[in-house]
Amino acid sequence: MVTLHTVNKTPFERGSLASCLKYAACGAVVLLIEDGVYAAVTGSEGAKLLATRAHEIRICVLGPDLEARGIGAARLMAGLEIVDYEQFVVLATQCERVQSWL
Amino acid sequence: MVFGLVVNEGPYQHQASDTAYQFARAALTTGHEILRVFFYHDGVYNGTRLTVAPQDDRAVTERWSALSEEYSLDLVLCVAAAHRRGILDEAERRRNSKDAENLAPGFRISGIGQLVEAAILADRLVVFGD
Amino acid sequence: MVSGYRKGREVVVKRLLYVNRRPPHGTIYGHEGLEVLFTGAVFDQLVTVLFLDDGVYQLVRDQDPSALGLKNYAKGFRALEELGVEAICVAKDDLATRGLVPEDLALPAALVSREEITALMESHDVILSF
Repeated sequence: MVTLHTVNKTPFERGSLASCLKYAACGAVVLLIEDGVYAAVTGSEGAKLLATRAHEIRICVLGPDLEARGIGAARLMAGLEIVDYEQFVVLATQCERVQSWL
Repeated sequence: MVFGLVVNEGPYQHQASDTAYQFARAALTTGHEILRVFFYHDGVYNGTRLTVAPQDDRAVTERWSALSEEYSLDLVLCVAAAHRRGILDEAERRRNSKDAENLAPGFRISGIGQLVEAAILADRLVVFGD
Repeated sequence: MVSGYRKGREVVVKRLLYVNRRPPHGTIYGHEGLEVLFTGAVFDQLVTVLFLDDGVYQLVRDQDPSALGLKNYAKGFRALEELGVEAICVAKDDLATRGLVPEDLALPAALVSREEITALMESHDVILSF
């Protein structure tokens, strides 16, 4: 069983996304929430960071946070899963522990 | 599954309390249990009865109180953090000779041990913060 | 040897990882995070404390916030070993990028690499982030 990592800030405000991607084990789940969802926008610096590990981790984005910020699915980098809060809960049950990168 | 939740930030200032609330609601409505929601650092501000929610915005404290009543949810404010930030129940008001208590319905004030206990007894601990 | 936390007939022992990622004094997270460590000691679990990112600054020796009127909470870290903490770990890379060496720290700590930190996270049951 793997770890669920949540990241809630943009990579410009804080180094939490970079730290998360530095330490997440292969097979981990990284869930972008709150302001963290901006990293999922294709072509952004955050997306480039995510791309460095995209082949070996599962990247999810909280849909309601995308909608709140006016980010449509078409603007997201490829290979992400958009999840809702119920799926956030499911991810937390499927993973062995949750690490919140605040 | 049994969850323990930790909320580290106050209402409105950060999204943490909102995300925690939405997570809690999703967990409870899909049949999971929540052992406790522990409010630490500025998270204790979620538990003051004296907030006046904007008419055109969500009522964060009242929302937690209502969830607590609907699901018998244990909402705990850390006593040390609450003292620092001026959130008192009647017992703490008397103990510290203050002239008012301001704890919101559905919340209780207790020690940090409640956080550690939740970390030990819950299947998953999820922290919401800034 | 830890005796664990008794809940009814069951004794629960979990591996708890406390992760500190913020510097001292600018915010209260480090101070209140340390209070959880102290209080949590009575629960007799297997505890590792990890200082990561700006959290390594919390262990810098000879801190003196008296001119600011702030509490010198960080000297409390020296008591960690007496609390029966399994390990005190500091991210090697994060010390280096901040121009710090082990001699700058107030207490002996295990310097851990990126791989070791990943392994720490994967080997603990619960991660509490401050």
